[in-house]
Amino acid sequence: MLKFTADHEWLRLDGEVATVGITNFAQDKLGDLVFVELPNVGAKFKKGATAATVESVKAASDVYAPVSGEVIEVNAKVSTEPALVNSAPTGDGWLFKLKIADASELDTLLDEQAYNATIT
Amino acid sequence: MAQATEPPLKRTPLYDMHVGLAARMVPFAGYEMPLQYPAGIIKEHLHTRAAAGLFDVSHMGQIILRPRSGRLADAARALETLVPADVLGLAVGRQRYALFTNPTGGILDDLMVANLGDHLRLVVNAACKLADEAHLRAHIAADCIIDPLLDHALLAVQGPGAEAVLAAFAPEIPSMRFMDIRTLRLSGETGVVSRSGYTGEDGFEISIKGDRAATFCAALLQNAAVMPAGLGARDSLRLEAGLCLYGSDIDPTTTPVEAALEWSIAKVRRTGGERSGGFPGAEIILGQIDRGAPRRRVGLKPEGRAPVRGGAPLFGPDDDAVPIGAVTSGGFGVSLGAPIAMGYVPAAQATLGNRLFAELRGRRQAVQICALPFVPLRYKRSQV
Repeated sequence: MLKFTADHEWLRLDGEVATVGITNFAQDKLGDLVFVELPNVGAKFKKGATAATVESVKAASDVYAPVSGEVIEVNAKVSTEPALVNSAPTGDGWLFKLKIADASELDTLLDEQAYNATIT
Repeated sequence: MAQATEPPLKRTPLYDMHVGLAARMVPFAGYEMPLQYPAGIIKEHLHTRAAAGLFDVSHMGQIILRPRSGRLADAARALETLVPADVLGLAVGRQRYALFTNPTGGILDDLMVANLGDHLRLVVNAACKLADEAHLRAHIAADCIIDPLLDHALLAVQGPGAEAVLAAFAPEIPSMRFMDIRTLRLSGETGVVSRSGYTGEDGFEISIKGDRAATFCAALLQNAAVMPAGLGARDSLRLEAGLCLYGSDIDPTTTPVEAALEWSIAKVRRTGGERSGGFPGAEIILGQIDRGAPRRRVGLKPEGRAPVRGGAPLFGPDDDAVPIGAVTSGGFGVSLGAPIAMGYVPAAQATLGNRLFAELRGRRQAVQICALPFVPLRYKRSQV
């Protein structure tokens, strides 16, 4: 089950670890990605802080931490092959994994139906 | 809620075609224009460099200047009071790049001027076209009838496959050379065709009656070599070709010499030339040709993969606190697979290989000054 933010990030929960990426809607709006800047492993982010940057041919966009936490892993594959975020935004195109600091923040996230309602 | 104070967006004669091709439409210079088609900017860019891209550039201004005297030289002489290009020396059937300058030596617009025998034909930027027309009316209406072509579309077919694509419509196409311009019968349609463009590739621009444009484009798209390409690819292609975007790389505060566009100012208009000066800002611009400009537009290659975008401040080799210049265009060179940019730096720093720093998300990113263009230009120049 994926959770979503209104800023077009998705999050997949596995215990206290959340895998984070950008939604299919976001990758489609951005267009062909040419650069992904990932956070450092060990970096700590507050919910809503800029944790990564994705850039299309045209423009750069920030990716926000959907919840507070510490980065425990990043997807190095998208650094060398940014197009993975376009082709598999919720699969091989994931960006980073966070160890969740405050599980109560999960309540602020949207389910798929609620997210889809924000983009239609 | 924002109030709807903006005038409604205009549409080109090819609007329905763009929508039919599922283009992503965006506002640009007052028009609803295709940013990209479903193929995406990268495929559209690479296809244009490999085969042929079809661009709708009907938003640009097409303006006819007719001499009131009936002598084309009078129109050319009048236009030379507004641009530093050699217009009088432009042969029939030829086109060249020119700049409208202001009294402080800045650039009001960049444009193409063509000699069609009994009239001159200008192609100007969409965002500047009303101001350009007013500028022409204010200064040269006594000598020229100024006639904007409001009912014409403008198409660009760009890429190494463009010649073969268009030769199927008009047998004269292969005999044309870079910057030639002719009125041609293209199968059933009449068009004014120039061998020019904004991609660094060989290619053609075709002015055609708006109500015939969709039919003609549909015929072009029958050819599998032709892929529709939007403004996104147009911008990434022109940046690789080192070509200026008006409003970003050149504007009323940049002079032709600062912009490294002095090649467009012929010897005859320079100091000591037969028709030296006589255009707005001549003293400043010719002085800069003779003695140098305080700053120059240069090519920039960021180290690493992160694109550096227009607006980023540039810092000197010592990475000081005070910026020495700025990036004016930047993005990802799709054919190069690396970030590229252009910007202005003090003349003393404008040497190839010089390593500067750009500000990128609060950090400093090393960039190297490099030669323009970033990709080889593939124009079919005349053998002279």
